Amino acid sequence: MSERLITYKDALREAQASCLASDPEVYLIGLGVPGPTGIFGTTSGLAEEFGEDRVLDMPASEGGMTGVVLGTAVSGMRPVMVHMRVDFAVLSMETLVNQAAKWHYMYGGKMRAPLTVRMIIGRGWGQGPQHSQSLQAWFAHVPGLKVVMPATARDAKGMLIAAVEDDAPVIVIEHRWLYAIQGDVPEEHFTEPLDGAKVLREGKDVTLAGYSYMALECMRAAEMLEKVGINAEVIDLRTLTPVDGDTIAASIGKTGRFIAADTAHSDFGATAEVVSVAVERAFDSLRKAPVRVGLPYIPTPTTPALADLYYPRAVDIARAAVELCDSDAVIDDPPPETPWRDVPDPTFTGPY
Amino acid sequence: MATNIRRPDAETRRAMLRSMLRVRMVEEEIVERYGEQEMRCPTHITIGQEAPPVGVSAHLRQSDYVFSAHRSHGHYLAKNADLPAMIAELYGKATGCALGKGGSQHLVDLDAGFMGSAPILASTISVGVGVAWAAKRRGEDRVVVIYFGDGATEEGAFHEAINFAGVNRLPVVFVCENNLYSVHTPLEIRQPNRAIHHLATVHGMEGEGGDGNDVEDVWRIAGDAVERARADGGPSLIEFATYRWKEHCGPLEDVHLGYRDQAEFDSWVEKCPIVNYERRLTDEGVVDTAAVADMRTGIADEIEAAFSFAKESPFPEPDALARFVYPEPRAGAAE
Repeated sequence: MSERLITYKDALREAQASCLASDPEVYLIGLGVPGPTGIFGTTSGLAEEFGEDRVLDMPASEGGMTGVVLGTAVSGMRPVMVHMRVDFAVLSMETLVNQAAKWHYMYGGKMRAPLTVRMIIGRGWGQGPQHSQSLQAWFAHVPGLKVVMPATARDAKGMLIAAVEDDAPVIVIEHRWLYAIQGDVPEEHFTEPLDGAKVLREGKDVTLAGYSYMALECMRAAEMLEKVGINAEVIDLRTLTPVDGDTIAASIGKTGRFIAADTAHSDFGATAEVVSVAVERAFDSLRKAPVRVGLPYIPTPTTPALADLYYPRAVDIARAAVELCDSDAVIDDPPPETPWRDVPDPTFTGPY
Repeated sequence: MATNIRRPDAETRRAMLRSMLRVRMVEEEIVERYGEQEMRCPTHITIGQEAPPVGVSAHLRQSDYVFSAHRSHGHYLAKNADLPAMIAELYGKATGCALGKGGSQHLVDLDAGFMGSAPILASTISVGVGVAWAAKRRGEDRVVVIYFGDGATEEGAFHEAINFAGVNRLPVVFVCENNLYSVHTPLEIRQPNRAIHHLATVHGMEGEGGDGNDVEDVWRIAGDAVERARADGGPSLIEFATYRWKEHCGPLEDVHLGYRDQAEFDSWVEKCPIVNYERRLTDEGVVDTAAVADMRTGIADEIEAAFSFAKESPFPEPDALARFVYPEPRAGAAE
């Protein structure tokens, strides 16, 4: 079968169109969802195609509206709520944490809350302390919420459809810098599992495991390492709930060396859990202590002069791997394509 | 209410015209230069919305405090905050008002009483109320002005904050700049058909709405509210009808997106707060063409100097990255 290459962004749009078409209980809601820029293009045209009563705008009331949406979910509807930036989703924490996560459990399984919440994270162009956070670990800490981070176009479509069809509340965290990345995506309605990691690249010397955009950076790091004779295995971690210990342990069994990379702060973040699982499951196979690559324990600075120092990149993962492998290979920093490394590609001219 | 504050004197009128011109010209320079890609941060342009901050600030002292949100440049400048430090902040420089760490969305100038700005809707409103509460508890003679848009009044935090201000009779002036859109979403699908300032009554305070394109209407309404707060008469919620001329975030126009039409846009540009005020003051003999030209020249020189300062300033050194995550010991505290 021939490849069907589409962008991550278009895969998200297809997933929502497919869910709207296949189930009359599905609706989309969020500030700007039916608007002219359509959540960075991921909802463009859906209001015209499926009607304004199924693709809805809303007041700037993230807290209260999450409760409203939860009410429709426990009534049997399948809402998809969208936050253009995860920083605004913080305003809905009470409802997500105290209510949506627990209604199925605390009422003895009598109610279900099939709610999907899309939250967009990102980096670059001076988005700074309140527009660029990666808060996935907050949600994953709450039993009852499922938290997934698709890294490929195929997963973007398949996991979003699976989230909508799942009877639990699912938080889908999308990185803005993945939106223009292409992948092979089936045209039909299909799901990808909400649990389980995927091995993206087989290797024998070191395991690079990443979430979301950092899974892509792990692939880039593996290419850098190949040039200096280090054969890296790359795992797309995909989901936080639960961390896939089987895949991680099997990989460490081959390589004995483990690096976990995330878009968030390492401290108290997803990689803290990932490394715990790695140590619990594969202690005897580990030849050296695992290494984490993530943000320093510092809020995001706005100025590009500091943001360039703040964000880890593929070269940082590769250099960590070289050290872990006791190699004296030198990994050169690829020359920057733009004055600052704060754009996903040279065509981006700001602002977000 | 004292009748002598119902109409500004000639000096105040000239100052308000100049202040609006200054905000406009600063914004136009940012728009002009944003494409150079040296100001690398989300930037919300306030062109079209100059009258509310200027008419309000005409009543404020340096010791009064102002809080703002994402579209903050006008609030900052009208409160006499530092222009070169603002431009340097947009350029991400070490000389910026937040040392480059905040960018356009997080301006601050404590000396001028500009206490901060943040882009999460309604998030500075309750903080401003807390600052007013502290001022009242300490017996300080201080008025706190909190600016926000129509969207912020849909957040729970707004209602919780103004309720607390109302029950404690705090010296706050809540200023809603209603520009009809939350990003691209029109007001009529977000709120019922009632004036936002009517929410004042149910929260136990005075409320009034005015023409956000008429700086003297703003001046009159804000004067009443500021005087009330200063006289321990409690908070007010005032609302001004205004309009954003540029896109929500960034330097471009956006009528082509289709969420607002050209006729609507043109009707608001027709009501330009600066062009109309200049004409009015000229007709009434308060300014003449030469005086306005002098204003423009002086402002242009100041802006040129601010941009030169920003461009020539250094970026923060790498060791600045980890500074200020937690406070360092205060000077002398170890003794």
